[in-house]
Amino acid sequence: MRLWPVLMLIAVIAAVPLLTSANTVLNFVAAALIVALAAQGWNILGGLAGQLSFGHAAFYGTGAYITAVLQVRWGVNAWLGALAGVAAGAALGTAIGAMVFRAGLRGSYFALVTLAFAEVLRIAANAAPITGGAAGLLVRLDPAPANFQFVSRAAFLEVALACVAAVLLLTLWIGRTRFGARLAAVRENEEAARALGIDPFRAKLQAMALSAGITAAAGVLYVQYYLYIDADLVFGTGVSVAALLAPVVGGVGTVLGPVLGGLALQGLGQAARLAAGPVPGVDQVVFGVFLVAAIAFMPGGLANPRGRA
Amino acid sequence: MYPASIVAEAAANGLLTGAVYALVALGLTLIYGVLHIINFAHGALLTCAMFAVWGLGTLGVGPYWAIVLLVPAFFTLGYALQRAVIGPASRGRDSNVLLVTLGIAIAIQNGLLALFRADTRTLAGSDAFDVVTLGPMLLSRPRLFGFVGAVTVALLLWALLARTDTGRAIRAVAREELGARLVGIDVPHIFAVTFGLGTACLAVAAGLLMPSYTVNPRAGEAFVLVAFTIVVLGGMGSVMGAMLGGLLIGVVESLCGLFLGDSLGQIGVFVLFILVLLLRPAGLFGARA
Repeated sequence: MRLWPVLMLIAVIAAVPLLTSANTVLNFVAAALIVALAAQGWNILGGLAGQLSFGHAAFYGTGAYITAVLQVRWGVNAWLGALAGVAAGAALGTAIGAMVFRAGLRGSYFALVTLAFAEVLRIAANAAPITGGAAGLLVRLDPAPANFQFVSRAAFLEVALACVAAVLLLTLWIGRTRFGARLAAVRENEEAARALGIDPFRAKLQAMALSAGITAAAGVLYVQYYLYIDADLVFGTGVSVAALLAPVVGGVGTVLGPVLGGLALQGLGQAARLAAGPVPGVDQVVFGVFLVAAIAFMPGGLANPRGRA
Repeated sequence: MYPASIVAEAAANGLLTGAVYALVALGLTLIYGVLHIINFAHGALLTCAMFAVWGLGTLGVGPYWAIVLLVPAFFTLGYALQRAVIGPASRGRDSNVLLVTLGIAIAIQNGLLALFRADTRTLAGSDAFDVVTLGPMLLSRPRLFGFVGAVTVALLLWALLARTDTGRAIRAVAREELGARLVGIDVPHIFAVTFGLGTACLAVAAGLLMPSYTVNPRAGEAFVLVAFTIVVLGGMGSVMGAMLGGLLIGVVESLCGLFLGDSLGQIGVFVLFILVLLLRPAGLFGARA
């Protein structure tokens, strides 16, 4: 993977606020960037290390809830809350990874256990008083850069884009390091990787921590943009599905895939909602069908359309 | 503390619910045993079956008669899904199968949401609360029927696997796919038959559930997470394990509900599931991992 397509994608997205100030367009791009960032996180673990998680909502929700709870309950500064959210997501990823990889769970088992962790957190957040229970949490509106809230949507967009761009470059860079080579070896054949002297447990755990931290950052952006969360919005299976669907559509394990997939899905969902009117679930039906179709007809994803099967 | 008779009653009613859980798990474990995949669409298909029973109910067909109509329909649906969608789309890669069944689940679940909205519907009339007196215990009558039905289906399924040619072919494919192919078994056909049987189990489960449960587009999800737990507990692919695991989970859930209350009981199943996966991934009954 060369650098210039990555820089070009960043430049195209950065140009959007310069070309238009229409709120619908800016909202669309912001929502797509949040999904893209969550998906980029999933892609580190699912794409580079080959461990398919069905429960990345666990990390997204942790990032979102830690940031929101710190602000709402203890008046902590939003940027500090954001850092704590990302750190908590990475820590949770490390803890879950340590248990799950130590027990040797992979494939279907790994997918199931990650799903279960996300559900436990969803039920807990829905019941605990500190998270506001089923009523959710409202972050007080106080737009100022020091509060991680912006009057102009374009400014938020630049922050979100900076995160996405950083992970794009990070993913590109990992592909060129020994760490990236270790992950690829573990993904392709764990026993063979072990025979080469690679510690698969360590490699997978590092990938999971990084992946969880990035997805938690997406949850943080979600809180700071919409200023409201509840358990279903950030811990729900919809989040886990979006985080894995974007890379599958865009190209699993590719650098650009999660971002292209995120933009494509956001467009598709929007189109479905516009076409069907106020019918709940229509966009998700389209996603489900698209997931099956993407695997059947486009194994390399958007980033690699002629790709290998 | 509760008196022994109340605890015994809760355990007995848990056993009855557990039998229907076991039936859902039976379909899942059968599919896993042969295709070596976890069917993430199982819950959505169960919801589909429950809506079908409800729909027939509004037309005047009783839930137990609905089973007779829906079993062939759902067998066909399952057969077609595997043959026409899951098999070709996944091109033999396990990770693809996982994602394809997930895609089907999302599409079905939200399709039902779009059609029926999030409202909860029920067929339960006054007879939903009928009880049968058994010694000192009061047992729910619809759930007693559910228990009898689930055990009957499990025995029929066991007989089919043990005594018929198709059953022998299914077991052969489960054991050694390449060998089965070499002796002339049509493996894609057997895969689809297995998927059909697993889906047909859901039609029976739905018919047995609807007299005492409600349905909404997410109803199946709850049962299937329990069913995943049962399948892991009983050992993936083990029919006997699924039956015993189902009964056990039914009792555990009922007692948790009695002692801890409903919302914590809900978490209990997941925590148990995670613990079993981490500590005994081969299952409590020691089947192969």
